[in-house]
This record gives sequence, structure tokens and C-alpha cells, in this order.
Amino acid sequence: MMKRTIPMLLAMAAGIVMILAYFFPLLAPLQDKTTVWFNILAAVAFILGGGNLLKVHLKKVSDRREGWAYSMITLAAFVSVLAIGLFKLGVNPLDEFPTQRMAGDFRAEGSGFWYVYEYVFAPLTATIFSMLAFYVASAAFRAFRAKNLEAILLLGTAFVILLGRTAAGVFLTDFLPEEGMLANFRLENLTVWIMNNPVTAGNRAIMIGIALGTASVSLKILLGVDRSYLGGGD
Amino acid sequence: MPCFSLTSLLLVAEEAAAAAETVESTGLLNTDRLPLLGVTVFFVVAVVFWISVARSGGQIKVREIAGLKAIEEAVGRATEMGRSVLFVPGIQDVSEIQTIAGITVLSKVAKTAAEYDAKVEVPVARTLVMVTARETVQEAFLAAGRPDAYNEDLIYYVTDEQFGYVAYLSGMMVREKPAACIYMGCFYAESLILAETGNSIGAIQVAGTAMPAQLPFFVAACDYTLIGEEFYAASAYLSESPAELGSLKGQDLAKVLAFGLIGLGALFATATQFVPSLQGAFDFFTGTLLG
Repeated sequence: MMKRTIPMLLAMAAGIVMILAYFFPLLAPLQDKTTVWFNILAAVAFILGGGNLLKVHLKKVSDRREGWAYSMITLAAFVSVLAIGLFKLGVNPLDEFPTQRMAGDFRAEGSGFWYVYEYVFAPLTATIFSMLAFYVASAAFRAFRAKNLEAILLLGTAFVILLGRTAAGVFLTDFLPEEGMLANFRLENLTVWIMNNPVTAGNRAIMIGIALGTASVSLKILLGVDRSYLGGGD
Repeated sequence: MPCFSLTSLLLVAEEAAAAAETVESTGLLNTDRLPLLGVTVFFVVAVVFWISVARSGGQIKVREIAGLKAIEEAVGRATEMGRSVLFVPGIQDVSEIQTIAGITVLSKVAKTAAEYDAKVEVPVARTLVMVTARETVQEAFLAAGRPDAYNEDLIYYVTDEQFGYVAYLSGMMVREKPAACIYMGCFYAESLILAETGNSIGAIQVAGTAMPAQLPFFVAACDYTLIGEEFYAASAYLSESPAELGSLKGQDLAKVLAFGLIGLGALFATATQFVPSLQGAFDFFTGTLLG
């Protein structure tokens, strides 16, 4: 009862309030409250996450399991950034309280936390993100191999889109007039047509399916038909 | 305590006054959303009707979903190779419906893994997802009759940061070479990085997401992909419970309604080209009814 029924009733009540508040403005304050509850829960769970991170990596280091050195780096980074943020290292005091360093914003420009974010975290994140370019190339190479009719169509379309998005595409079909029916075959116009028509049509079909699927799953949860989020079972 | 009660009463009174003001300014029912309310009611009735039909013994057929059939094959392969199964439930919290749909698939993966005695590793990007996934996997191991094999340390929190999470997963995949990688949930730019890394280590990969922009990446790099709607249908398909299968039928009815409205809209748009006086009705249809 305590483990299943009460959480299920809470989830149902919160979900129904959220839906009804969309149509009945009277329930809007309740909707805001539900969002605040979720934020409180997430904040508490964040402590749980920090504790779990420490446990997992300390255990790995203690057992000297493969890759334990990475865990050491993770732990060192976690503890040092936490200390920089909590003790507000390098924070400039506010104008209103010039003698109280702890009154300053730990994220303000020039603070230790800001330096870590700007010069360590942001470049590392950008590095991982930039690797995406290489992954796109390798995935495209595999996807565009002309092994059957569908793949040939895909390859042809991709070729038109790629060319149409570059100066080379404009240059290649520059001989076609800018007005009239033939203008539709200029690569830059063909690209726009492909993106606005077949691509949008396909996308919308998927979007309608997704929207109905989302509503259906939500409804199953609200009706208590789907209880997988409580650990499965009936 | 009386002080607390008085404060609470004052707060409640303030909120009630604020709510009353809101009602005065916006009305009891948001009439702009009335057509959507109609569609919602239709959808709810359709789903509830079909659930009750299914519960009373009505037969409901669901087409085979290759990606879900492949999960058993993937776990079996991992068992044969003596390697782990990596399950990634996306990078969003449990408040995201895709994460819940992913957790449903995790339940099936964990149950199959428990039966095969395979190891399922679930690194997560949100702590609430970790708690939910632990409950789900524990329940699945119990259902499979292997509660002793459950190890909660295999479901752990990594980081909330998108690319920090991706860096961890990519490194872990390259080092530990899981035999199967299953991605089910909400993904953004990390989808291709994960899928390509999994592809490079030769893992069998199954993905499912409702993010249209990420679907092409998964299709290009994974062996099987559950596209949007299929991903949401996974729960019903895997559970085989009549109530859940009934909800799929209700969903189909709503699809028929959507199809009808699209057809009607297309006819209306064409007709306005020939009969300009229909423009007002067409604007009402697209702007008010569908807007």
C-alpha cells in the first residue's frame, strides 16, 4: 500500500491537476505548487546523486578496479569544484557589503567558480560537442552507401541538400534563370522545396504519432494502467 | 504552533484571493482552449473504452516491433560473449514522459538479463531516474526469480551535464566494450556520439526516442530503432496486458480523428481557392479549432 498505492495516487492527482489547470485557470496556483514540489524533490535527490557518485568512485579506487585513476580524477574534480563553490573562493564582495566576501555571488565574473566554468568546463564541453562533426561524417558514410533503391534516393537527396547549402551549389546551377519554372531547379531552390515539402510532411507524420503516444502513455499513468515507473508489476 | 496555523491561514487566504482575481480576469474556463478540451475528452473516452473492451476479453492485435524482439537477442548475445548490456535512459528527468517509457523497456531488459544471468549496467544523468531505475530493475529480478542476482551498484549516477555524461559513457564503452547498447529515452546532440561509439565497438544496438531530430542519427548508427510512436507502444507490447493493449487501440482512434481533420483541412484549403467566401470558415477551422 505505502510503496505502490500512495505514490500512484500522488502521481495521478498531480497529473490530473496539471491537465485540468491547462483548461481551468482556477487551478493554476495548484499547478505552480506541483512544479515547486517537483523542484524540492529534485533538489533532495541531487544530494543523493552526489552521495552515490562518491560511493561508486571511492569503491572503484579502493578496489583498484580497471580505470580507477579516472575515478581519482573525478573525485578530485568533484571535491575541488564543490569547495570552490561552497567557500566562494575568489568571489568579489557586493557593493552593499564591501567587507563581507561571502555575500558575493559565487557565479559572478571573476570568481573561482566562474574561472572553473569558463576555462575548464566550457572548453571540455565544447571539445566533446565538436567531435560530433567527425561522427556525422562516419555515420553519413555508412548511411549513404548506394546498396539499394531507397539508399540511392537517400544519397541523391542528401547530395542535393548538401550542395544547395553551399556556394558551390549556387554556382553549379547559376545558368538557370532566377524567374519562371526552371528557377525551381536551381539547387538552392530545390533544397528549400525538399526541406519544406517531403521533409516537413514526414516530420509531421512522426510528430502526430509522437503526440498521440505521449498523450496515451500519460493517460495510462494517470489511470494507473502503466505502473512501470513504480518498479513495474501489477 | 498557533503562530504557524495563523500564518498558514493567512497564506491560504492570500492565495484564495489571488485565485479569485485570476478567475475574474480570465474566467472559469479558458475558452480559447475549448476545442482542444473536446479533442482531449474524445481521446480519453476512446482510450478508456478500448481498455474496458480489452479487459472484458476483446482480442487486440498488435503488429510485431522488430526493435523490441531484438532486445532478447541482444541480451542473449551479451550472455554468450560474457560481456555486459549497457542501458541508457536518456538525459532527462522522470518528469519527461520519454524517460518513463524508457524505464518500461528497462524493466523488460532487466528481466531478460536476470533470466540469462547477464549483467545490465545503467549509468544515469539524473538522480531521480537512478532511484526509479533501481526500483524497476529490482522488481524485474524479483519477477524473474533471481532477487539474489540484483546489484544496485550497477545503476548509478554520473552527472547532470550533457557532455560530461557523454564523455563518461563513450569512455566506458570503449574500455569495457559492452556487447549490447540500448538507448531508450530523451536524447539530444549526444545521440550520434553514443550510437557511433557503440557501432565502433561492434555492439548490437537498439534505440528508441521521440525526438524527431535525433531519429536519423539512431537509424544510421543502430541496428534497430523504435521511432516515436513505436517507442511509446513498447510498454503495451512488452507487458502484453489487455489494458495496455487497449490503450493502443484508443490511440489509433485518435489517429483516425487527426487524419480526418487533416483531410478536411486540405479540402477546405483547396475549396477556398475556388470559393473565396469560405475564407472566414477556413480561418476559424485552422485558427480556432486547430490553433
